[in-house]
Amino acid sequence: SELIHTKNSRFQSLTPLTPEDKILQYNNFYEFGTGKGDPFSFAQQFKVDPWQLVIDGLVDKPITLNYEELLTRFAIEERLYRMRCVEAWSMNIPWLGFSLATLLKMASPKSNAKYVRFETLEDPKQMRGQSSRFIGGGLDYPYVEGLRLDEAMNPLVLLSVGLYGKTLAPQNGAPIRLVVPWKYGFKSIKSIVKITLTDKAPVNTWQKIAANEYGFFANVNPQVDHPRWSQASERFIGPGNLFAASRKPTLPFNGYQEEVASLYKGLDLTRYY
Amino acid sequence: MKISKTGLLSAKALIHLASLSTFLYLWLLVEQNALGADPVKEMIHFLGKTALNYLLITLCISPLARRFKQPLLIQLRRVLGLYCFFWACLHLLVFIWLDLNWEVTLFAEEVVKRPYMTLGALTWVILLALSITSINVIRRRMKRAWLTLHRTIYWAVLLATIHYYWSVKSGLIEPIIYFAICFTLLAQRKDYFKSFLKHYAKKKSV
Repeated sequence: SELIHTKNSRFQSLTPLTPEDKILQYNNFYEFGTGKGDPFSFAQQFKVDPWQLVIDGLVDKPITLNYEELLTRFAIEERLYRMRCVEAWSMNIPWLGFSLATLLKMASPKSNAKYVRFETLEDPKQMRGQSSRFIGGGLDYPYVEGLRLDEAMNPLVLLSVGLYGKTLAPQNGAPIRLVVPWKYGFKSIKSIVKITLTDKAPVNTWQKIAANEYGFFANVNPQVDHPRWSQASERFIGPGNLFAASRKPTLPFNGYQEEVASLYKGLDLTRYY
Repeated sequence: MKISKTGLLSAKALIHLASLSTFLYLWLLVEQNALGADPVKEMIHFLGKTALNYLLITLCISPLARRFKQPLLIQLRRVLGLYCFFWACLHLLVFIWLDLNWEVTLFAEEVVKRPYMTLGALTWVILLALSITSINVIRRRMKRAWLTLHRTIYWAVLLATIHYYWSVKSGLIEPIIYFAICFTLLAQRKDYFKSFLKHYAKKKSV
C-alpha cells in the first residue's frame, strides 16, 4: 500500500531508475528458492503482519517494534540508491525508509558494543527454502548479516520499508530490510526480526558458506575480483529489453566513496574483502 | 529388429525439429521479454545448458547402438554433435556480444584468469576441432588420427560439466545430476581411460 514519505534531496539524482516490475520480479532471496523468479512466485502469501523486530544485546534500552510501528514510528524518506549485486549486475532503486542510526541511537548502545548482528525470520512453513536444502541453496538459516558499529551508524545505511512509493513486497524483504548501498547486495539482509549489538564480529551467512569468496566487509570494489568472475564492471538492469542491456564500470564503494572511504582508512581491502 | 534407413531419416528429422523448436522457443522468450530482468544472463545459461544437454545426448548414441545392436544409430552422432557446437557458439556469441559488449581484451583476460572460463573455452576449441573434422573428405584423409581426435569428446564433456558447476553461485542439485550423467556415460568408455592412463604412465617412466 501507499506510504507517506518525504524526498531526501541529497539522494534524488540517479537516472535511469530500474523499472518497478524488474525490481519486483528479479530477486535473490534464497528463503523462497534460488532462481531469480522464485521469490516473486513463492513469496506472495508471506505474512508480514503481525511482525516483531527486536533490538537487543549490548544496549541500555532494548526495543521491540511491531508491524504498525515499523511504518509509523520514524519519518519515512525516499532515497535513490545504486544497488550492486556480487554477481555483477546492478539496479537503481528508489527506497523508502529511515536511517539505521536513528533506531540504534534510540536503543543507546553500550560502550563495549562493536558490531551489529542482523537476523532474518526463520519460518520454514512460510519460507520453502528453509525447509529443504535443495530449494534453499544449502545456506544455513536463519540468514545472518553483520556490520561494524561505525559502519552501521553511517547516515547512508537505511532500514527500508518500501520502494517506488509503496510498502515493500515480500520478495524485496518485507516488512523491513537493510540497505547498505556501498556493499554488495547480500549484505542488505531482508525480512529482519532481530538486531543485536555485540562485541564480537558476527559471521555472516555467505562468509560461512564460502569465506574465500564472500567476506565480512563485502565493500563494492572493482579492484578485488570474485575468485570466479571479475568485479571490474557490471550489467545494469534498466529500462528496455535484451538489446538495451548495458555494461558499465563498477565504482569503488559503488560510488559512495566520499561518504564511506574514511571508515576503512589503513585497512587492506584486498585482504578484508 | 534393425532400424531401417527410413527410421534413421525420421530420427534425423526429429533432431532437426527439436533443435528448431528450441531455437524458436528461445526466440519467443526474447520477443516477449519473458527472460526476466537480466535476460542476457538467462540467455547465456539457457544456451550453455542446451549445448551441454546435446553433448550428453551425443555421448548416449554409441552405448545405445552397441547395446541394442543398431549400427545405423552411429550416424546420428554427427548431426547431434554439430548442433551441440551450434549451441556452444551461440552461448559464446551472446556472452561476448550482449554481456561483454565486444570488449575483447576483457574476454581474453577472463579466459586466462578464471578457471571456469578457461574450461569453457577449452571445451569450445575441442568442439570446433571435432566439427571441422566431421567433414567427410577430411575424415577420410585423417585415417586413424580421426578416431584419436574424436575421442577428446570424452574430455570435452568432463570440462563442460565442471565449467557449468563452477559457474553457479551455490546450489548443488543440478550440477550433481549433470555429473552423475556425465560419469555414467564416461564409465561406458572406461577402456579408453584405462589405456590413456597406461599410455601416460609409460611415457612418464621412460
